[in-house]
Amino acid sequence: MKWNEKIRKATTHISQNEVLIFERSSAGKQAYKLPPLDVPEVDPAKLLGEQVREDLGHMPEVSEIEIIRHFTRLSTWNYAVDHGMYPLGSCTMKYNARVNEYVARLMGLAEAHPYQPERISQGALLIQQMLRDQLLEITGMDAITLQPAAGAHGELTGILLVRAYLESQGNPREKILIPDSAHGTNPATAAMAGYSVENLKSNSAGMVDMASLEAQVNENVAALMLTNPNTLGVFEQEIHKIADVLHAKGALLYMDGANMNALVGKVRPGDFGADVMHLNLHKTFSTPHGGGGPGSGPVACKKILEPFLPIPVLVSKADGTVGYDYNRPQSIGRVRMFYGNFGMHVRALAYIMANGPDGLRQTTEDAVLNANYIRKGLEESYDLPYKTPTMHEVVFSDRLQTPKGIKTGDVAKRLIDYGFHPYTVSFPLIVPGAMMIEPTESESKASLDMFIEAMKDIAEEAEEHPEIIFEAPYNTRVSRLDETAAARKPTLRWKPQSEAAGK
Amino acid sequence: MRYLPKSESDREVMLREIGAKSIDDLFAAIPAEYRLKRDLNIPRAYAESEIVEFFRQRAAESAQGYATFLGAGAYSHYRPVVIDSLVSRGEFFTAYTPYQPEIAQGTLQSIFEFQTMICELTGMDVANASMYDGSTGAAEALMMAARVTGRHKSVVARSVHPEYREVITTYARHQGMPIATVGYLKNGRVDLEALDKAIDAETAGVLVQSPNFFGTIEDVAAIGEMVHKRGALLVVSIAEAVSLGIVKPPAEADIVSMEAQSFGVPLGFGGPYCGVIATRDKFVRQMPGRLVGQTRDRNGKRGFVLTLSTREQHIRREKATSNICTNQGLVALMCCIFMTVYGREGLKDLAKQNLSKAHYAASEFKKAGATLLFEGAPRFNEFVIQTKTDPYAINDKLLGERIIGGFPLKKLYPEMGNAALWCCTETTTKASIDAAAKEVAL
Repeated sequence: MKWNEKIRKATTHISQNEVLIFERSSAGKQAYKLPPLDVPEVDPAKLLGEQVREDLGHMPEVSEIEIIRHFTRLSTWNYAVDHGMYPLGSCTMKYNARVNEYVARLMGLAEAHPYQPERISQGALLIQQMLRDQLLEITGMDAITLQPAAGAHGELTGILLVRAYLESQGNPREKILIPDSAHGTNPATAAMAGYSVENLKSNSAGMVDMASLEAQVNENVAALMLTNPNTLGVFEQEIHKIADVLHAKGALLYMDGANMNALVGKVRPGDFGADVMHLNLHKTFSTPHGGGGPGSGPVACKKILEPFLPIPVLVSKADGTVGYDYNRPQSIGRVRMFYGNFGMHVRALAYIMANGPDGLRQTTEDAVLNANYIRKGLEESYDLPYKTPTMHEVVFSDRLQTPKGIKTGDVAKRLIDYGFHPYTVSFPLIVPGAMMIEPTESESKASLDMFIEAMKDIAEEAEEHPEIIFEAPYNTRVSRLDETAAARKPTLRWKPQSEAAGK
Repeated sequence: MRYLPKSESDREVMLREIGAKSIDDLFAAIPAEYRLKRDLNIPRAYAESEIVEFFRQRAAESAQGYATFLGAGAYSHYRPVVIDSLVSRGEFFTAYTPYQPEIAQGTLQSIFEFQTMICELTGMDVANASMYDGSTGAAEALMMAARVTGRHKSVVARSVHPEYREVITTYARHQGMPIATVGYLKNGRVDLEALDKAIDAETAGVLVQSPNFFGTIEDVAAIGEMVHKRGALLVVSIAEAVSLGIVKPPAEADIVSMEAQSFGVPLGFGGPYCGVIATRDKFVRQMPGRLVGQTRDRNGKRGFVLTLSTREQHIRREKATSNICTNQGLVALMCCIFMTVYGREGLKDLAKQNLSKAHYAASEFKKAGATLLFEGAPRFNEFVIQTKTDPYAINDKLLGERIIGGFPLKKLYPEMGNAALWCCTETTTKASIDAAAKEVAL
């Protein structure tokens, strides 16, 4: 069988080669022009003395057309949501609306200096106020900070709120409980906040094991960090009991809102017992992932935690304007300079406005519908380790394929040939060989059908022609890359050949 | 629902396929008493035209078309048009973190180029793929110094951006990291005598900023010598990246923590910006954040991958160097394009214009009767002047002329009285400098 016999979604096309920008450089080319200086030119050597710099080493010298071609060519080597389905579990790779990009770049918003007087920043502040109010309504919480720059930064902020609150009660406590299905950021965050981590095991349904929880919660536990729905895409059905068990011992419930795309408009964390949570605006609220960032991780909390919010806090002032309050004696302090990733706040608000209450609810319903449709379509071809109802993502395993030597990572590489970005590979850790699929609401029935068909074809290939899969992907510029060599002898920057050879 | 690619009949067919009677069946796992039985209380769905109009109005309520003398950690530089043309390509901005390198070579190669350029400019061996911003980057750099040295204390100069210092305080409190603060001299530079006293055998890292918050360029070599003699690491924070075009790189630093906003990132009311940490090869395994490395594919072709990820949270969990996951990828790409546009000669020319404008403004303000503080040490594009009049009153008057004046320092440095921090970049015109000079004279 030929490797491309069954592939419908993708085909090869001409892909331009491109060197590193440094390899395009030659002395005297330039892509800039400065206006004539309207003040006397200074002699840097005279002003700066021994601090003056003469040479910028190997910084590139290229023309504008070369820059455009360079980065355009590089861009064509990426797969993106704009190309098609990007079913990375727990990453919520949904459509990034163009109007969001447009409004974020409006002059007045894009060019506002963070220290310009508040009275000439009212438009920007009003945007933050509206986003604040709408996120509070969506989460059912009482107070919020928009400052954290990303999800993990929000986690840190949230856990510091927990610590400050418990300290005010007399004892910050020592431990954070974290389920074995959690994202790696959760334990790393607990450590940064000065807590030790205790693992909490899941039951056979993939949910928090209540008996273990009751046994482990005591006066030394500050909080449980819980993702809900969890990383198996399973809603923690006993969430209210979980909260009760924690609260009875004076501990708090931290909710990792990474999977909030399953809940918006259907259920509110504030109503089911969460005390503090973060949102990922770059997941649920459609701000773009940008090849790794920027994100934005607002933290919402209950009244009892409000006094501890990071400074500054957005407030309505006596004269009717909006501004920032820096005088917060119980605050955990500052977590970021200025006021957070404002550009992401603009985009998230534009997303909420485009949807309205009906649209947000339909979005959630479609996200859950899509995940269940994939589950149904693939449950005979792949092992489904947890049969518990699926919310917005579904986790299969490679158990049926491993007898032929095919692992989750191999299926993922083969999926690339079929024109799809792979699912999340080998996570959550509680499922050996995990394939974590989150379609989001942005996929049509036709695209889901094509994905299901591709996954089924790969399952067949694994049975009949496993050798095809070992060599995948075929359809890409580069074949599988040697990650071991990259880590063993790291080359983390370009050097001219003469220098690289000399080393 | 213009973002949702389904018809009602699609939904019905899919539900039937799944074996569900209605969509509610799929939410049955949520206990009924917690389900929201009403609409969210938020405004109705807006048409795209209404959304644009709404944000245009908000933009009109924020300063537009003002000349600004504000710097203080956020700098108003011209952004070449090609930056937005290129980062607006969906292939860049709608991609995820490049965990599947075969279909993410564009992102990976551009980060590798970013890392290289940051190394060239800072004089360091290795730079990461970005941190959230300069403030959290500085805090993480001090925590990194603690891991490298096995010591636990830090010393921070008071001439480091006050908001950076606040963030450091928040982070350090829970790391068991006491922070000593060291003052500044009459020339604006860090007080070396006080610094010498503040460092002890438990000091892991010493943080200075250069150019510092007052715009003064520190004597990094002298500080480095003092810090290294005591076995601690020197962390240098750079808030105004354009300074690297004309100011000697902090080669004596062990870690450089940079805010690269000046490299083509919009002011955007304070974010998103682009932090980055750079260091020596020997410390790379204690570095936070993602790194891109070069490797080969099965056919020997050059390619790039995320590497040394055993430092990171998704592998090491609570033992990771940081909890950072999402970084500032697309903003780093903006910086990378900016650095490419200006390049080896342009960054120098650009920095020289900044230097000339700030020098002219400082001289004119002085001529007009204001007192120029911190003379006696070199500056880049910021300077501090003291006026007889309250700087807020001066700024009020300037606002009438559509000029945003300097940043008053009295709230953060009460000992400085009527001092304000002024910044000039290549975008500052002689006309606005001359107009401002008239007001500071009073």
